[in-house]
Amino acid sequence: MPQALAQHKSYQADFERLERGLRFGDAPWLQALRRQAMDSFDQLGFPTALRGNEKWKYTRVAPIAEAAFEHPFDGQPDRVQASDIQGIAPWDKGWTNLVFVDGRYSAALSTPNGAGSSMQAISLAAALATEEALVQQHLARYADFKDDAFIALNTAFLEDGALVWVPPGETLPTPLHILFITTEHQKPVVTYPRVLLVAGSNSRLILIESYISLSSNGYFTNSVVEMLAEEGAQIEHYRFARESPRAYHVGMTRAYLAKDSVLKTTSLTVGCAILRNDLMVLLDAPGASTEVRGLHLTNGVDHVDNHIDIDHAKPYTKSNQYFKGVLDGKSRAVFSGRVLIRQNAVKAQAHQKDYNIILSEGAEIDTKPALEIYCDDVMATHGATAGHVAEELLFYMRSRGLDRELARALLVRGFASEIIDGVGVDSLRSYLDRQLSQALPTHQPERSL
Amino acid sequence: MQPTRVISRHTKDLDTEYKWGFTTEVEEEVAPKGIDEDVIRYIWAKKQEPEWMLEWRLRAYRYWASLKYEEPRWASVHFPPIDYQGIHYYAAPKSVTGASSLEEVDPEIRKAFDKLGIPLQEQSRLAGVAVDAVFDSVSVATTYQKTLEKLGIIFCPFSEAIQKHPELVRKYMGSVVPYSDNFFAALNSAVFSDGSFIYVPKGVRCPMELMTYFRINSPDTGQFERTLIVADEGAYVSYLEGCTAPIRKSNQLHAAVVELVALDNAEIKYSTLQNWYPGDKEGKGGIYNFVTKRGKALGRRSKISWTQVETGSAITWKYPSVILQGDGSVGEFYSVALVNNYQQADTGTKMTHIGKNTRSTVIAKGISAGHGNNTYRGLIKIMPAAHNAKNFTRCDSLLIGDRSGAHTTPYIEVRNPTARIEHEASTSKVSDDQLFYCQQRGISEEEAHFMIINGFCRDIFKELPFEFAVEARGNLAAGSVPPPDCFVGCRLLAMTIRKRISGTGY
Repeated sequence: MPQALAQHKSYQADFERLERGLRFGDAPWLQALRRQAMDSFDQLGFPTALRGNEKWKYTRVAPIAEAAFEHPFDGQPDRVQASDIQGIAPWDKGWTNLVFVDGRYSAALSTPNGAGSSMQAISLAAALATEEALVQQHLARYADFKDDAFIALNTAFLEDGALVWVPPGETLPTPLHILFITTEHQKPVVTYPRVLLVAGSNSRLILIESYISLSSNGYFTNSVVEMLAEEGAQIEHYRFARESPRAYHVGMTRAYLAKDSVLKTTSLTVGCAILRNDLMVLLDAPGASTEVRGLHLTNGVDHVDNHIDIDHAKPYTKSNQYFKGVLDGKSRAVFSGRVLIRQNAVKAQAHQKDYNIILSEGAEIDTKPALEIYCDDVMATHGATAGHVAEELLFYMRSRGLDRELARALLVRGFASEIIDGVGVDSLRSYLDRQLSQALPTHQPERSL
Repeated sequence: MQPTRVISRHTKDLDTEYKWGFTTEVEEEVAPKGIDEDVIRYIWAKKQEPEWMLEWRLRAYRYWASLKYEEPRWASVHFPPIDYQGIHYYAAPKSVTGASSLEEVDPEIRKAFDKLGIPLQEQSRLAGVAVDAVFDSVSVATTYQKTLEKLGIIFCPFSEAIQKHPELVRKYMGSVVPYSDNFFAALNSAVFSDGSFIYVPKGVRCPMELMTYFRINSPDTGQFERTLIVADEGAYVSYLEGCTAPIRKSNQLHAAVVELVALDNAEIKYSTLQNWYPGDKEGKGGIYNFVTKRGKALGRRSKISWTQVETGSAITWKYPSVILQGDGSVGEFYSVALVNNYQQADTGTKMTHIGKNTRSTVIAKGISAGHGNNTYRGLIKIMPAAHNAKNFTRCDSLLIGDRSGAHTTPYIEVRNPTARIEHEASTSKVSDDQLFYCQQRGISEEEAHFMIINGFCRDIFKELPFEFAVEARGNLAAGSVPPPDCFVGCRLLAMTIRKRISGTGY
């Protein structure tokens, strides 16, 4: 693939340029980290192989590997005004908001009030100056770049991002929102959003991570989120993505859960050209548990790939996955979940569900909910369905006077709402509800009810 | 209903590990070790096949050679590299001359089959079952051929079919599993020696179970048989295969190809009791069972049903599949796979829905004990034209022992909005509640385990052919003839549990 090779060279050139023009007098350890990550990316390359590539079996990475993306060296975070994102991004004045424009922190848009809390939510670039020890201790610890090209690439180009540190025992009074905006550019750009979250023991927080676009062009978002939940920490996490329909988005989330910690994560995805939501949770101590939920709505020629990997490394760990998808147009949705229960992880519980509705001819579902179990004293189940709206339900509604289209729309809406109803932040839920109305096929009742 | 006998009290039976591990002393004619075009020609000449078969074999061989000895490695099974030049690709008892009458069969071989509970006399115990007995690379006897002939049913060794019914063989051989399908199918197509051929003509319902019993005897040989079953319009046939091998320290390769073709309204029921030598407790020896089995439900409202009970083999790696091509066709897959000691299994099915209103059902039960690893891997594929296709899949795994592994990897690909796919799976151990319930009612722990496991597999056992099940019960009562493999598998498992419990001082 000479095209991909040429693009690989352009990443290398960009990397060298980045190394030369280091902005904030980086510490040697960080430079070494980037260098290692770049070497790792050079070695791995994009996972474009078709044979024996189980992790990317249903998603072709070639379009990303072959496309030319510019690195926005001269990013101007200030060119986005608050009015530009009104109504587009989920927003609440009461939240603690950190906003990034094309990967750079925008002080003008952000509201890092953190009132009444010793919590730290600052840009990673600033944190490197003030909290270097903390960053050095945790950065790139949970997201391993040795065997993943996308994490390697993100780490190599690590410049800015968000650092969130919640001190032990603290409960954040308001949700924390980290918003990544990609703006209009003449040529497709690539951005590398990065979040590092350290939740101290017995702390509680709500983290909202969202990705939106002010452009309808193609670009590439390559994000990495690292989370550490220390003993007894509780993290409620939402991941919302509504990228440009022509965008490529690869989002890697890596979570490390200590004893009795809880991670509840919900991803809400509106489809785009290629979107990969790649989550790996390591349940590394007894009592750690995670609940992973997701809803994806696809249309046109969207391609959405949810890849969930849960590692029950220790006894008494729990995981629960629940994904739903609604497919329209000629879109394609992939769910590949893997639950690994290691040999000593007795009394582990794991559940996995993936339900899909296909609305139109030409749409395709590929689902692969895998269980890999090496321990006998466990309880694990999984289920997957794919199909259309059940005829019996349609009949029931039509027999009560609803026309077919309306009945169908209501049923689809009800199907999708289940995930949204579980969102624990009111303003986010109502925002998502509006998104849902826009994304789902609209119904025009033949007569008013 | 007969009262259920408590089998586990016969602990003597349970102490025997693998009862079919004896060897038979017969003089055999073997091809030199290794594979090249000369060996292919040797086999072709030995079988006195027509010219077109040589072409077919060589084409397959050349394709296989182009793969450069690299087996696919995606399955979760682990084995050292196979030395393809260290295998005899053909081994036949000298006494066999394509025998048709029973008197011609070497008494030693007859004895071997008698020992296996597969008597070759037609008036014997397994009445109502016609048997084709395959010993290493050749078929030694086929019973009831005359009776079946009267109905127009062809049931004969594959090599005989090539001679007598070349038009059918040429039409269907490779039509379901082409030689280029996969590594082992290519190897099989190049060197296959025998197997069974069945043709059931239009509208005929085969009155008896047809059975092939495969026996590997000679050391360092591979068995490469090929089975082709064609059910013409409206025909029905139920087929059963069984297999065993002697205990040997080295691994032996068994790479078969099975093709089924069902035309309009035809039904094929294919049952397998696989009990190849599984290797010893340290995982030494045993058969590599790398088999390609596929059925094509070609006609409208045709039906293909696979039932398999997999208890043997060091490694089982196979996916009996159905291509649901005809409108309204039905595919079924029922499986119990049991692994113990160091056995590995990566098995499941592929259901490819092409026609309208096609239906498929998959019920798979995996039991892992000892250090065994059991993987269910299945693909449900709904093509864009398969309107109203339906699939239901249920796969459950039972884990016995903390060193065993059970894995479930279903692949579901849906490209039609009217399809309905449901997949369910669970993995757990024998529940403490159930055990407690049984013990509280005076059933010993071992018996309770046995009952629970038996119940776990019941959905599958009930799919086994009726005649055979009746026979099986009879055998159990008589106690002299070895019971069918599936039951013994269960009993061995109960034994394992008992040992484990006593070992841990439960």
